[in-house]
Amino acid sequence: MTPPRWLRPLVFAVAVIPAAWVVGAIASDFFNGTRLLGSNPIKEAEHFTGRWVLRFLVVTLAVTPVRQTFGWNWLQKYRRMFGLFAFFYALLHLLIYFLLDLELMWGELAADIIDRPYITIGMAAFLLLLPLAVTSTAKMVKRLGGKRWAKLHRAVYVIVVLGTIHFWMAVKRDITDPLIFALIFAVLLGYRLVRWRRRRAEAAGVEQPASPGRQRAPA
Amino acid sequence: MIIKKPDDIPSSEITREQAYVNRREFIRAAGLIGAVGAAASAGALVTRGQAADGAQGEQFKDDPTPYEDVTTYNNYYEFGTDKSDPAENATNLKIKPWSVRVEGLVSKPATYDLEDFIKPHKLEERVYRMRCVEGWSMVIPWLGFPMADLVRRVQPLASAKFVEFQTLFDPKQMPGQRSGALPWPYTEGLRMDEAMHPLTLFSVGLYGKMLLPQNGAPLRTVIPWKYGFKATKSIVRIRFTETQPKTAWNQAAPNEYGFYANVNPEVDHPRWSQARERRIGEFRRRPTLMFNGYADQVARLYQGMDLRKLY
Repeated sequence: MTPPRWLRPLVFAVAVIPAAWVVGAIASDFFNGTRLLGSNPIKEAEHFTGRWVLRFLVVTLAVTPVRQTFGWNWLQKYRRMFGLFAFFYALLHLLIYFLLDLELMWGELAADIIDRPYITIGMAAFLLLLPLAVTSTAKMVKRLGGKRWAKLHRAVYVIVVLGTIHFWMAVKRDITDPLIFALIFAVLLGYRLVRWRRRRAEAAGVEQPASPGRQRAPA
Repeated sequence: MIIKKPDDIPSSEITREQAYVNRREFIRAAGLIGAVGAAASAGALVTRGQAADGAQGEQFKDDPTPYEDVTTYNNYYEFGTDKSDPAENATNLKIKPWSVRVEGLVSKPATYDLEDFIKPHKLEERVYRMRCVEGWSMVIPWLGFPMADLVRRVQPLASAKFVEFQTLFDPKQMPGQRSGALPWPYTEGLRMDEAMHPLTLFSVGLYGKMLLPQNGAPLRTVIPWKYGFKATKSIVRIRFTETQPKTAWNQAAPNEYGFYANVNPEVDHPRWSQARERRIGEFRRRPTLMFNGYADQVARLYQGMDLRKLY
């Protein structure tokens, strides 16, 4: 199956909508007195953009399993775009936090990063995301070499774990939503783990076909 | 009961004589035609902005938070954990009839109909700051009466050192109680001197209207120098005890929420700073004041206590 040409710009446009909406809503709430983001617009905008980071990470990590399961190889070409949107929403999340919530107070930012584990973890996740965004171009892939590039980009597994912990720690009491993300990521990472073990077991099986002591990984 | 003007409350915090709502009128309105009548009798009084002067100067005003925010941005986990949940899920809370049980170390234990509970007291309006432990705040014109008046009326025994409040437990009406987010029923408590403090209220209304369910109808406590979670909403039980009550948030996360929960910009929540707050409706944050700006009136209650340990 080959998707129609307009699919890519459409996906792009749809992915931009939440960002455009939240920026417009903040401006409207403060300058026009609307209540698009409720009573506490900055908090709401932080939560809103944070969730979109996790959603785009889900979509990004879902590309490979979906492609392999359904044989939709064309989907691979969308993975970079999804990953970059995750980064884009993370940047927006951070900007709202630093510009609007902390009001550019560097001292408070430093104190938050040092004293508040959920901020420390969130910031670590963002810093890990940064090199992935920078090395997302074809040129950089070439420069790094496919293997090294792939190795670097496995950092995304750490990022989703950190991102989920960050969300989990930030909620006061009701962990339903972070739990849902955790379960989805567990499936997406578990899929890779199972495949990886199966591949390793197969490789081992080829090398030592008759070795009785070697156990096949359960798959 | 005569209400004396305590000298240590700044003029801005004291209810003006004209703002008193006629109790009988309020109760009749509450009983017969609901909020509207009461609103009409008191509504005109609350539109003024009462800027608190004192420590903060001109820079930070304390204008009452719009009614819409006060009634739609709520923490009331019995109705869900999102701020908008209570306004959506609490509308059908049955508050008539309503009874309040007063028990424990008290010479007159009794179960009161709400009307009898309120009737002997003179309702007054108090404009208080409300600081949530999460870092946001409001200014709310409450309608209520001093808790001290009720305590005197029911005559606790000398052995009573604390008073405990309990919210209705009714999972059919309160969907949040079907999950274990907090130990139900929601329980809070005060030391007797805190309960007797002239700033501490039982509230039955705000903005001159009866309380809406999301704000704790039909009866709640207001303790303005403490974080919002110290207040108990939709109260059905008041118990006088010798030992410190086991309170809801303290039981749920003792390292984060203490029994005292006094607003204190110098003692951070383990996960966030309490130094500043965002007043709902304002773009910039403002400094949080010691005891939420009521230090002149209440600091003496805590003299000699280590507020870092007893947060």
